[in-house]
Amino acid sequence: MSQEVAIIGIGMTKFGELWNRSFRQLFVEAGAEALEDAGIKSTEIGALFGGNMSAGQFIGQEHLASLIMDHSNLTPQPATRVEAACASGGLALRTAYMSIKSGMHDVVIAAGAEKMTDVLPSRTTGALATAADQEWEAGFGATFPGLYAMIARRHMHEFGTTEEQLASVSVKNHYNGSKNPKAQFQNEITIESVLSSPMVADPIKLFDCSPVSDGAAALVLASAEKAKELCENPVWIAGSGQASDTLSLHSRKSLTTLNATVEAGRQAYKQAGITSKDIGAAEVHDCFTIAELCAIEDLGFCEKGDSGKFTEQGETGLKGSVPVNTSGGLKTKGHPVGATGIAQAIEASLQLRGEAGDRQIDDVEYVLTHNVGGSGGTAAVHIFSR
Amino acid sequence: MDVGIVGYGSYIPYYRIKTEEIARVWGANPESIKKGLMVSEKSVPGPDEDAVTIATEASRNALALADIYPEKIGAVYVGSESHPYSVKPSSTIVAEAIEATPTMTAADLEFACKAGTAGMQICMGLVGSGIAEYGLAVGADTSQGAPGDPLEYTAAAGGAAFIIGKDNLLAKIESTSSFTTDTPDFWRRPGESYPKHGGRFTGEPAYFKHIVSCTEQILKDSGHEVKDFKYFVPHQPNGKFPRIAAKKLGFTEEQVSPSLLVEKIGNTYSGASVLGLAAVLDQAEEGDKILLTSYGSGAGSDSFILETTGRLEKVRENAPSVESQIEHKHYIDYATYAKYRGKIKKE
Repeated sequence: MSQEVAIIGIGMTKFGELWNRSFRQLFVEAGAEALEDAGIKSTEIGALFGGNMSAGQFIGQEHLASLIMDHSNLTPQPATRVEAACASGGLALRTAYMSIKSGMHDVVIAAGAEKMTDVLPSRTTGALATAADQEWEAGFGATFPGLYAMIARRHMHEFGTTEEQLASVSVKNHYNGSKNPKAQFQNEITIESVLSSPMVADPIKLFDCSPVSDGAAALVLASAEKAKELCENPVWIAGSGQASDTLSLHSRKSLTTLNATVEAGRQAYKQAGITSKDIGAAEVHDCFTIAELCAIEDLGFCEKGDSGKFTEQGETGLKGSVPVNTSGGLKTKGHPVGATGIAQAIEASLQLRGEAGDRQIDDVEYVLTHNVGGSGGTAAVHIFSR
Repeated sequence: MDVGIVGYGSYIPYYRIKTEEIARVWGANPESIKKGLMVSEKSVPGPDEDAVTIATEASRNALALADIYPEKIGAVYVGSESHPYSVKPSSTIVAEAIEATPTMTAADLEFACKAGTAGMQICMGLVGSGIAEYGLAVGADTSQGAPGDPLEYTAAAGGAAFIIGKDNLLAKIESTSSFTTDTPDFWRRPGESYPKHGGRFTGEPAYFKHIVSCTEQILKDSGHEVKDFKYFVPHQPNGKFPRIAAKKLGFTEEQVSPSLLVEKIGNTYSGASVLGLAAVLDQAEEGDKILLTSYGSGAGSDSFILETTGRLEKVRENAPSVESQIEHKHYIDYATYAKYRGKIKKE
């Protein structure tokens, strides 16, 4: 029987437009906070797995894994950068998890960081679009708002989903974010303000979109043996799933189902021995409001096509049957792409430890996190328990 | 140092384009833009106008108030980011046009939107030290916003001129101070037609940091409090930024709104904060204290504390007011705007 794996330390920077801080300052801050939370010394770390999508394009820096070890004073331990577009963080977590599960390491760091605001907005959009199929999508001018707009249009066509229902995702996430001191936006908004925000790619408006953000997040993972020795409130990784799908949207049979999400969710539920009904809270990948609607269907929280109504009725709110994006989600907490998957696990940890403050969900047993790369070419789903 | 303003003048072009008209062409939502920028229309220079003609008109109006012989002006500085020539001064054309030449010095200044107040500081130095009897400082622009860029809704034209001297002051300049850093929030490279900007980076670390720091510094150094001032005149790239800055500093809407022309004429760049000062001088009473803080991208702010004298009300009717020039207008459509601004290239 392989080792169970726990999160024994968490740390993250505030997310936002952190213009006066560099990439290295961000990951050092998050990493140091995680080590302090775990109550361990850096010499006890066996390895690091870091998620980052595109530092080469955003800050002109590659070879990040060693940079992190260098500036965190963790040399000569091994470090590996993991890249899967916006799912880089989720896959870094899974890779770190597997390194303990395999018996290779006892204590490792899973981290994610992205510094996106050092370049002009047009270049940011272009850099993000490299996660789409260059020959068949980006090369013809498609960017992610455009691709997700097609998903939204199709969802509206097939299921009668409305723009107000899309907006209700954003309103809910802003409400949650207003209770998260590390969120990029901490203001509440209304359906009207979403609907009247500038059109980006019909029907996606500005307030349907997650922002461009800087930020870093880090987790200390440990084997069961080490976790019990070092930690009083470990958060256990009960299930981990990962799947891939066609990179380009047009190659899929359905535009409104992300097969990678369905498959990664199936793996994670199976490993944890639970179903979607057992999930007490979830952090899903709401890069756009439509993405949250698809996610809660694909993960089984509601029937296919019902997500608009389900959200509008408050089922995914803090007091709903399955609270979704209690942190504020990508929309409100911010979306420094490589850090997102790790930050989701941090919110799961806070909920399970009972440290989520004003957004705490009572008696939560299982929290699910869902991290997507591109328009669904990659998905990682994790389930955490107390 | 007993120096101040002996004459001021303004100029705003006749043409206007509405936010709705620009939004119509680009398929944008005019209401959300108007709400976001608090700008409903902007001034447009005519096809025969440029920063030099604007500076000249404003300077002639300033002379009408100053009641001095123009040849007594020993220094002319024209601040702009749209000087018609890359090499060849605007200031010599203005100086010749107002008959201030030849026993004088002149130079062009550029510091994004604050070159006009930089000129005022230089003139204060020359006049205060006795090198020049009078100095003329002008901020004037026909600013550039690329088609489709958010800047296009605000990039406007206008200017104001100030004659700095020692006697017969309309307003005494009690003190000035500056706050400058290297902050690349907005720039235009040689040969480029339109500036580039860092989007939201132009806000917090750029405009707000400099405006607020500079204003706090002059308040501290002078021992004044916010409530001592009848008017606060911050740089106004849109209607929102100056109000947020004023609120941060503790100024009321009543103190800041008389200087805010941006809603009706857009951002006149080097003309913006100085036109705001001119608008306030148009309505101030004797003994009013005014705090002006300009902002130029790149980045820096200049603050000035002024106090008006009794002479102001006696002479300000000698030239058109800012208000009258704002109301004297003619709307054009986007096609005419594109032609006037050289956005349509003829073969």
